[in-house]
This record gives sequence, C-alpha cells and structure tokens, in this order.
Amino acid sequence: MENTKENTQWKLWEVFTQRKSGEPHEHAGSVHAPDKEMALQNARDVYSRRGEATTIWVVPSEQITSTSPEDSPSFFDPSEDKIYRHPQFYKIPKGVTID
Amino acid sequence: MNMENEVLEKAFQDKIDSGIIIEPKDWMPERYRKQLIRMMSQHAHSEVVGMLPEGNWITRAPSLKRKLILLAKVQDEAGHGLYIYSGTETLGVDRKDLIADLHSGKAKYSSIFNYPTLTWADMGSVGWLVDGAAIVNQTMLAKGSYGPYSRAMIRICKEENFHNKQGYEILATLMKGTKEQQAMAQESINRWWWPALMMFGPSDKDSPNSAELIKWKVKKQSNDELRQRFIDRSVPQAEAIGLTFPDPKLKFNEATGHYDHGEINWEEFYNVIKGNGPCNKQRLKARSDADENGRWVREAAEAYAKKNNA
Repeated sequence: MENTKENTQWKLWEVFTQRKSGEPHEHAGSVHAPDKEMALQNARDVYSRRGEATTIWVVPSEQITSTSPEDSPSFFDPSEDKIYRHPQFYKIPKGVTID
Repeated sequence: MNMENEVLEKAFQDKIDSGIIIEPKDWMPERYRKQLIRMMSQHAHSEVVGMLPEGNWITRAPSLKRKLILLAKVQDEAGHGLYIYSGTETLGVDRKDLIADLHSGKAKYSSIFNYPTLTWADMGSVGWLVDGAAIVNQTMLAKGSYGPYSRAMIRICKEENFHNKQGYEILATLMKGTKEQQAMAQESINRWWWPALMMFGPSDKDSPNSAELIKWKVKKQSNDELRQRFIDRSVPQAEAIGLTFPDPKLKFNEATGHYDHGEINWEEFYNVIKGNGPCNKQRLKARSDADENGRWVREAAEAYAKKNNA
C-alpha cells in the first residue's frame, strides 16, 4: 500500500455512480488518486464524461470487505431452506385476493 | 496437474459452458488469468498509445468544431485505457507494473498505432476504419466470460460509436469538397485499409491463442470471422461516399454472401509487431517521456495528500 517507492501511481479507489436520483449506486470501476478530492475528480473524468452520473462515491479499495466465493455456499446457506419466507408458501381460499 | 486442480478446472469449464460470468475472486486456471492479463493490458496500452496519432492533429484541426471533437475523442481514449487498466488490476496486477512492461517493450499494443497520421484525412480514416474495426472486436469482447473486461467493453462500445461516426463524417465532408480534398481522402484510405484489416490479428490457421481463448469464451469469434464482418460492413459505407479500397480482388461473392478479398501482407504485420513499423520507437518514447515528465506531479500530489492527512 505504501506508494512512496520509485514510481508512484497513487492508491486505488473503487468508484460507485448513481445515474439519477432515486436509483441505487452501482460499481463503475476504479481509479488511482492520492486523496479523496482527486479520487472524485478522476472518477468523474473517467466514468462520467457523458452525464452517466449525478452522484459519485469513492472508497479506498483496501477498505472494502467482501465475501469470498469459497465461503459463499455456507455463508449464504441459512436462507436456502426457509421457504416460508416466500408468499408462495401460503395457501389461501380460492377467490380471495391478497397482495 | 494434480487431482484437485483437475476437478477445479472441470468445474470452471462447466461454469463457462453454461454461460456463468467469472468474477475477480472466483477460482480460475492460472493460464486463464495470464491470458487475460496479457490481452487486457495489451488492449489498455493500445488505447493509450492510440491517443498519439490523433493527438498529433489537435493543434492543426481545420476548425474549432473539429478541434473540440478531436479533443473529446482523444480524452475518451484515455478513459478507455483507464477502464481496462482498472479491469486488469482486478486480476491481481498493479497498473504501474503493466505500464513498465509497455515502456520496456515487453508488452505489446495494437500495431495500427505504429503508422503515422500524415494528413487531416487520416483523422477520418482512423475514426472510421480503426475505431470501426475496434468496435467489431469489442462488441464481441463485451460478451466475454470475464466480468470486469466485458463490463469495460460495454462502456467503451457506447463511446466508440461517436468516434466511428465522426471519422466517417470527416471523410464524407472531404468527398463532397474539391478535387484535392477528395484525393486526400482516397490517398488516406489507401494507406489505412490494409493495416486496419491486420488489426484483427493473424489468420485463424496461424493464431496460436485463438482455440484456448474461444474455449474459455474470452473470445467468441475467430480473427478471420471478425475481419470478414468488418469488410462486409465497410464496403457499402465506402461506396456511399465514393471511396474505394485498394484491393482489386475485393468483390461480393453471391454464393457466400460475403466480400472476397485479396491476400493480406503478413510479412508487414509481423515486421511492425517486431518493432520495425514507421513509428514504433517514436510512440514508445512519447509514452515513457510522458510518464517520466509526469512523475513530479504525481509525487507532489501525493506529498500534498500526506500533509493534509497528517
């Protein structure tokens, strides 16, 4: 992570963009930048040259924690067998509409 | 190969075959990772080196409108390089190492950018033919099996359409101009047509990586198939504005529904790849100089960030 060595390319930031208000932020890619201000500016120049974003989040890549594919099956397993969490599980009398 | 790897590779191939997209943290064969790093970094380098032949004309664009367009296009190419470097870094490599490989000559970039842009009409030819060929290739890559690469390609393809059309418009405008302007457009096409066809890489029979890349769905079509699609779509576009391609054997084949074409000069192709094209040395020098001359800016920005965080 230390970038002071011979040829710095700055640290890595993940970029999330929101196309318009009301929509979720989506991962767009990453940029290199020395600080958060330049990370935002670089993210704008790289990922929103045609109004693709109205809001941008940048996060140092090293700060992101994610699940790993190897652990995913057991990590997500508890939700697999709870079919009673879905409305299809329930039977109601014919002719009645509940939604 | 040990048993465990064999099982993993089989599972990997099954995923690919059933159309599941591979993401950075998923297990992948070392060779898949290596091939992608090679392809993606080569692609990113091509975008960045590709800024040079067009950057060459920014100060000499014939009008303010054309200058603004060219600036925006060259800036897009920088953006494309950055999208793809960003995608390549998800494979566990560092951008500065990729760039060092470019400057040392270890990594390649598209040989088309080793040809000089001699006239204004070349801005038309580059946009129309070079970006046109890139679109055919990238539309295919956008459906590839590695998530970050295909996502970068989708983004790029949207922007390339502007590049392609503005190039065609430059040529169409010249072809409506004076005799000299028409001759300039035709002369430019005569120089760019064959190198543009070479952009798709060696013929299938001489393309050692193709079978593996197609098996992994990194590529979904062969070099020759893509080249043919590019030829088929370019000929009517040329005819519409009165340009001709410098290939006497170029002719529509009723039986196949495609255009037949003459033999590509592969000796020239390999010669340019080896570093003997008209501009190889100049291009690499421009990139290394830019890196070197920008060093103090990167260091200053980092020192400033450190001071503010202290």
